Amino acid sequence: MKTILILAKREMGAFFASPVFYVVATVFLVLHSFTFLNLLDSFSVQSFQVERFLGGGRSLSLNEMVVEPIFFNMAVILLLIIPIITMRSFSEEKKNKTLVLLLSSPIHLREIVLGKFTACMGMVALLMLLSSYSSGFLILLGEPELNPMLTGYMGILLMSACFVSLGLLASSLTENQIISAVISFGLALLLWIIEWGVEDANEGIGAVITYISILAHLVPMVRGVFDTADFAYFASFVFFILFLTCRVLESHRWR
Amino acid sequence: MIEIDNLSKDYGPRRAIDNLSFRINKGEVVGFLGPNGAGKTTTMNILACIMPSSSGTARVCGYDVFENSLEVRKRIGYLPENPPLYKDMPVSDYLEFTARLRHVPGRELAASVAKVLEDCSLTDVAGRIIGRLSKGYQQRVGLAQAMIHSPDILILDEPTVGLDPIQIIEIRKLIQELAKSHTIILSSHILPEITQICKRVIILNEGKIAAMDSLDGLSSSLGKKDRFLLKVRNPSQGIEIDLKDVQGVCSVHEQGRGEYRIDAELNSHPQDRLAGLCLEKSWGLVEIKKTTLSLEDIFLKLTLEEKETVE
Repeated sequence: MKTILILAKREMGAFFASPVFYVVATVFLVLHSFTFLNLLDSFSVQSFQVERFLGGGRSLSLNEMVVEPIFFNMAVILLLIIPIITMRSFSEEKKNKTLVLLLSSPIHLREIVLGKFTACMGMVALLMLLSSYSSGFLILLGEPELNPMLTGYMGILLMSACFVSLGLLASSLTENQIISAVISFGLALLLWIIEWGVEDANEGIGAVITYISILAHLVPMVRGVFDTADFAYFASFVFFILFLTCRVLESHRWR
Repeated sequence: MIEIDNLSKDYGPRRAIDNLSFRINKGEVVGFLGPNGAGKTTTMNILACIMPSSSGTARVCGYDVFENSLEVRKRIGYLPENPPLYKDMPVSDYLEFTARLRHVPGRELAASVAKVLEDCSLTDVAGRIIGRLSKGYQQRVGLAQAMIHSPDILILDEPTVGLDPIQIIEIRKLIQELAKSHTIILSSHILPEITQICKRVIILNEGKIAAMDSLDGLSSSLGKKDRFLLKVRNPSQGIEIDLKDVQGVCSVHEQGRGEYRIDAELNSHPQDRLAGLCLEKSWGLVEIKKTTLSLEDIFLKLTLEEKETVE
């Protein structure tokens, strides 16, 4: 555990030393703020119209009209941004030949992978923390339900863990950061849209595709339903992909 | 301390090292010498647990590099040909990071970093970003990370490659200092470097051990003749013929005015007879000394002779 934190600290230091993180954070916050303000504006207009035409103190659900869409928009932005966060993890180490330092040190391969994973997740969590001003704003000025907000954040974090693990796997496959980002984005997008194939598939395969689809597990959490089966999906997905990453790195030793 | 038995490594169809077997004792400084592609880096990578061998065994301090690789890695410090440096980090932070990776206890961390900074003359640049240092300093940082956890064994792969002559001398001095307290395996293309630093040489050629001995041992085992250098002030005409007639002398080559390289039969001791002839002919004897084969001679002899045999 100590080694994982040592590696994660060094990785996070590298993120802060590089301009890439600041650009990524700025783009993320600008896009998040833009979508948040649009949703808020749309909500305020529609609330006004409902009050005007229907009267009787009726109001629209802040959770349904603002909180949920915010989480889905955030998920899409993270889908685009996480490959950029993870692309350097192993690709840069391989290109700069610094992986030798880690491989010749008395540490396990799984500690190296978990160290990188922790660092990338730390960066994603930091982005989410910076963007949480929007939730704070809603809590201060409106009356959103807090539980769906909490499960929503948890869902987005778990989804990010899946994308980060895919990014690490892609990064372990190549020393070219661009290729790593493209593979990572492709895999994450596939996980997002795989449900589209359910309609044409037979029942058995359809059930498998639905289970694999990340949206099938994210949507209930964003809507405030926390199911341990969803949590098990996210945890087993991350475990499996990180295990594959370890095996890919191990295979480099044999080449 | 290091025991290698029948070690081989294949990269696809190509055999990089072929049945290497040797021992390195505690405190020895051993030089790996060989042309490009001879298998020096591959052997070092196997010893540093970067890659496994295809067959054979390698043991460091009694631990197998494959079965007990963590124990082996605790006991070695490895400086690859390209120092593994995070160029965005300051020198002291980088060394602290590598010390933590090698399980240096927290209370000894600052002292360990300070010691290697001083040993490698890096104290003045401790706070500077590694990427902004000169190549010589970066090489020193690479060396510092290899010795941060006081390993028993240092494996240094071409530590002076790409440095300017002054930096080479500095790094060489540093390695000579380290040789007093560590077992060192050093690979190099630069023959004088090996001659100056190493007590024993392993010459690799096309993945096999072409020779393995001390420098003196190599010199005498490969030299089928004794070699002498003769200097005189007043050489007369036909001196070479007169010298060749001396008992035991096989051949005479003029190397400059009044300087002759004389090859004689092994243990024929022609010095007295040569000196007597110089006095008799009034050539003005300046110097007569026995010379040994240089490492360069041995290296070329072994690597080229083997190629010629194959062809």
